[in-house]
Amino acid sequence: MSTNEQKRLSQEITPKAVFEGRRDLIKNAAAGAFGLALVPWFSREALASNSQKLIATPNPNFVLKEESTSYQYVTGYNNFYEFGTDKSDPAANAHSLQTRPWTVTIEGLVKKPMTLDIDALLKLAPMEERIYRMRCVEGWSMVIPWDGYSLSKLLNQVQPTGSAKYVEFITLADRKQMPGLKSQIIEWPYREGLRLDEAMNPLTLLTFGLYGETLPNQNGAPVRIVVPWKYGFKSAKSIVKIRLTEEMPKTSWSQFDAREYGFYSNVNPLVDHPRWSQATERRIGDSKGSFAPKIKTQMFNGYGDQVASMYAGMDLKKFY
Amino acid sequence: MKLLIFLLALLPLDRLIWLGFTDGLGANPIEFITRSTGTWALVFLCLTLAMTPLRLMTNSSTWIRYRRMLGLFSFFYALIHFGIWLWLDQDFDLIEMLKDVVKRPFITMGFISLVLLTPLALTSTHWAQRKLGRRWALLHRLIYVIACTAIFHYWWHKAGKNDFDTVTIYAVVLLLLLCCRIPYIRKLLGKRSTI
Repeated sequence: MSTNEQKRLSQEITPKAVFEGRRDLIKNAAAGAFGLALVPWFSREALASNSQKLIATPNPNFVLKEESTSYQYVTGYNNFYEFGTDKSDPAANAHSLQTRPWTVTIEGLVKKPMTLDIDALLKLAPMEERIYRMRCVEGWSMVIPWDGYSLSKLLNQVQPTGSAKYVEFITLADRKQMPGLKSQIIEWPYREGLRLDEAMNPLTLLTFGLYGETLPNQNGAPVRIVVPWKYGFKSAKSIVKIRLTEEMPKTSWSQFDAREYGFYSNVNPLVDHPRWSQATERRIGDSKGSFAPKIKTQMFNGYGDQVASMYAGMDLKKFY
Repeated sequence: MKLLIFLLALLPLDRLIWLGFTDGLGANPIEFITRSTGTWALVFLCLTLAMTPLRLMTNSSTWIRYRRMLGLFSFFYALIHFGIWLWLDQDFDLIEMLKDVVKRPFITMGFISLVLLTPLALTSTHWAQRKLGRRWALLHRLIYVIACTAIFHYWWHKAGKNDFDTVTIYAVVLLLLLCCRIPYIRKLLGKRSTI
């Protein structure tokens, strides 16, 4: 890709300021027309919480032709059940999350188990910006400029032993900070997992920010995983522990219903969720308008070149 | 009074239109519209079913005068709910639509609810009432079946993410409203008001 083209593409990402400006405009218009009292009801705000700048170098291998989803939608439309089940709940409730001090413990089948402070993690490897597609199992998708580095960089530090086959991610579960824990929707803490080769794939990103800022709390601050060829729920948020195991870890959603949420959960238009088809998806903030038809879902979310070989010979209908 | 209720019943639709024009439908407008109209169809179904218990408890038949309009609004919102799905999820492909109806129980339930609501809406006129006589009352008891299929539709949909908080509220309300139809309880409700 030429430098010029890259430049053009990065310009296509609508700056955060533009969206905030538009938001204000609408708010003011609403206030004028209906009186201030009605404004909160008519235009509920995305409350992104205390983000700071994060210096990241764009990785030219992960630039997309598709337009990135606006900051407002990326941070205002979230599944993070620890803060409520509504898509707008995390943005409204996640301010209670304390992201500092924060440590991540890496343990299990590793030669050098360690507990790293978030500042140490931020400095462990050069921070890259990568624009990934994100496909939710519910049938919607976004395009998000993430900031982070390959998880393999961290895993190489702890040196997995020969018997390690899986990586388990355990996320924070603190009733004081997370109001959603009151409802027993799934078993807390939220747990997710990958096969070791999946975790070591360069695409798997240990993520600290988006849009050049530290992760807003509702997006999984201060550190999360992003696995772009799998459904969104495989990407664990607000991680406190990473454990390497020999056995396939029990993950939260597949424990809830293994028929609906498999361990692999690779994006696959040919394997339906029992309740809905996965053949198409609705792109959030589609530039063609709200009533634009859904777009076709790509096998492995379009990352087949980089990941398909890991599943050679596997029946992806059985191991969904 | 009837006009006031009519205008109030249109508010959910007005709100959607207003939000549509002011960029207020959020990140996923289609989901927002679908869920909102589905919810309002259910709310109006509950209101429709609440009229008889209210009549019994207050010993006043004024309530029954609003029942038809409330029922028709339930159908109206259900129709938008269905229409959006047919248009944006199924692209008006009737074969694909029917396949989905057969394959997925929660869609089956929603579809049955709409199909059953249709004859009730069509026979809601005084003319049909006279024409059908006794059979009219019998036909319109279908509303009890619809209450069940509608709640199953919602329940099954929410089961996908194990998120039953709101659907439980509606299920309890509908269950109470249906209980009011049990002859023994019906009698009790009627008696209390005459004391």
